Amino acid sequence: MIRFQGVAKRYPSGREALADLTLEVAAGEMVFLTGHSGAGKSTALKLVALIERPTRGQILVAGQNLAAIGRRGIPAYRRQIGMVFQDHKLLHDRPIWDNVALPLVIQGTPRRELDKRVRAALDQVGLLGREQSFPIELSTGEQQRVGIARAVVGKPPILIADEPTGNLDPELALEVMRLFRRFNEVGVTVVIASHDLHLIEQLGARRVALAGGRLAGARHG
Amino acid sequence: MAEPLARAAGTPRLAAQLRGWLERHLQTLVASLGRLARAPFGTALTVGVIGIALALPACLELVVVNARALSGGWANALDLTAYLKPRLPDHDATQLAERIGARGDVASARLVTAAEGLAEFRRWSGLGAALDALSDNPLPASIVVRPRVTEGSGDPTTVAVLADALRTLPGVDLVQLDTDWVRRFTAILDAFRRAVAVVALLLGLAVLLIVGNTIRLDIDARRAEIEVIKLVGGSDGFVRRPFLYGGFWYGFGGGLAAWLLVEAFVVTLAGPIGRVAAAYGSRFAITGPGLETSALLLAGGALLGWAGAFISATRHLRAIEPGVEP
Repeated sequence: MIRFQGVAKRYPSGREALADLTLEVAAGEMVFLTGHSGAGKSTALKLVALIERPTRGQILVAGQNLAAIGRRGIPAYRRQIGMVFQDHKLLHDRPIWDNVALPLVIQGTPRRELDKRVRAALDQVGLLGREQSFPIELSTGEQQRVGIARAVVGKPPILIADEPTGNLDPELALEVMRLFRRFNEVGVTVVIASHDLHLIEQLGARRVALAGGRLAGARHG
Repeated sequence: MAEPLARAAGTPRLAAQLRGWLERHLQTLVASLGRLARAPFGTALTVGVIGIALALPACLELVVVNARALSGGWANALDLTAYLKPRLPDHDATQLAERIGARGDVASARLVTAAEGLAEFRRWSGLGAALDALSDNPLPASIVVRPRVTEGSGDPTTVAVLADALRTLPGVDLVQLDTDWVRRFTAILDAFRRAVAVVALLLGLAVLLIVGNTIRLDIDARRAEIEVIKLVGGSDGFVRRPFLYGGFWYGFGGGLAAWLLVEAFVVTLAGPIGRVAAAYGSRFAITGPGLETSALLLAGGALLGWAGAFISATRHLRAIEPGVEP
């Protein structure tokens, strides 16, 4: 589903985030990218989301060579990928319903279908009934679950998350990770960048450790 | 699989697609109005500036239109007087008047016999006693010719052509007209009108810049939101849409403000102008902006606002991309 082939990324500042990464994630797989900060986890996810472009190497996602996707093709490409961020990236001036509905509105989903799907997504993350709340009224954990609901509402085949539990206490973190597990169980390919090894061990998914912008060694947990 | 989700949902019928499109645009239209309403002071400021910029040329145009109407009312001033040769027999004079009156470019031709002319002169000049001293009537008979008022009435050249034609008629001694001042007035009016057009063009450009700059600030203020929308797959068009409608509302509101200003201008001037006209024994009244001008203000304002937003948003939204160097 996702394949990195000899990928390197050097930022304009000169920092080399990825040196030579080759990695394959199968369809329906759940993979944790681990490593110290600066190991290249975030950069790898940004490359998948086409937020950044590689300096060298090739990335294939769902059979598409990302190098072939131009500026204008990016929005359509991103709609196939659900993204969850450490800082949630919710729109604070509008209620939860609008936040979750955003990807569907962008796709032009008919109005009568919107509410059904938004509520279904909120139900999956356990926030049904909070549609009219504003992000600021929710706890950090709840905000992150809204972020996840928004990522999955469009039923994307791929879900990527960059330190989704970075701001959560261990109990909430585990809850959020289990949520990802559930989506993975229904066939979604999930890639999560996290440095929380203790948490990851409890979930029993494939781990890919990065160090210095390349594979440090992959093993099944 | 460029857009597997859209495809998975099946291809909706064209009508449904169109309805969805309309629905989305209508929703954005209303939402962008709501957004402006939530910042009433800033919005009022922008709308006010646009209103003034649009009202200025509209008021000047109104001045031109009214001046033209006024000069149109001076059709009498274009009357020609053809003085006939002295001692032309009365029935020849009558025939001549009829002949002139039958011309296509003549509205009426009235014969003033020598006796009538004398009577009139006596009445207006107050020189009755002096005239009594004359044994003979020194005045010739004359024909007062009023040119036919047609499209472009008040055009001095057509009057001049008529005057030349009358001069060639046998029995006509002298044709008097004074169109020089009308010609000058019309020329000044035309020049003024050109100036108004230039001013309108410049102020239209100013509206573009005002809206463009307002939208640019708006985009800066909503940078985070734009990034998020781009992250979840919003296209440039989708991101731009609310800003375009924002510009539309700014322009439309500005047009409305301009219309109100022009109406206020007319109301303010109606009294004084009426008094001036009355002093000159005229019933001239200032004409306000017609339906056409009003519609032009609203539509023009909206279009300028939309265009300003389009230029600005297209330019500035491109620069906002999520994810810079961490």
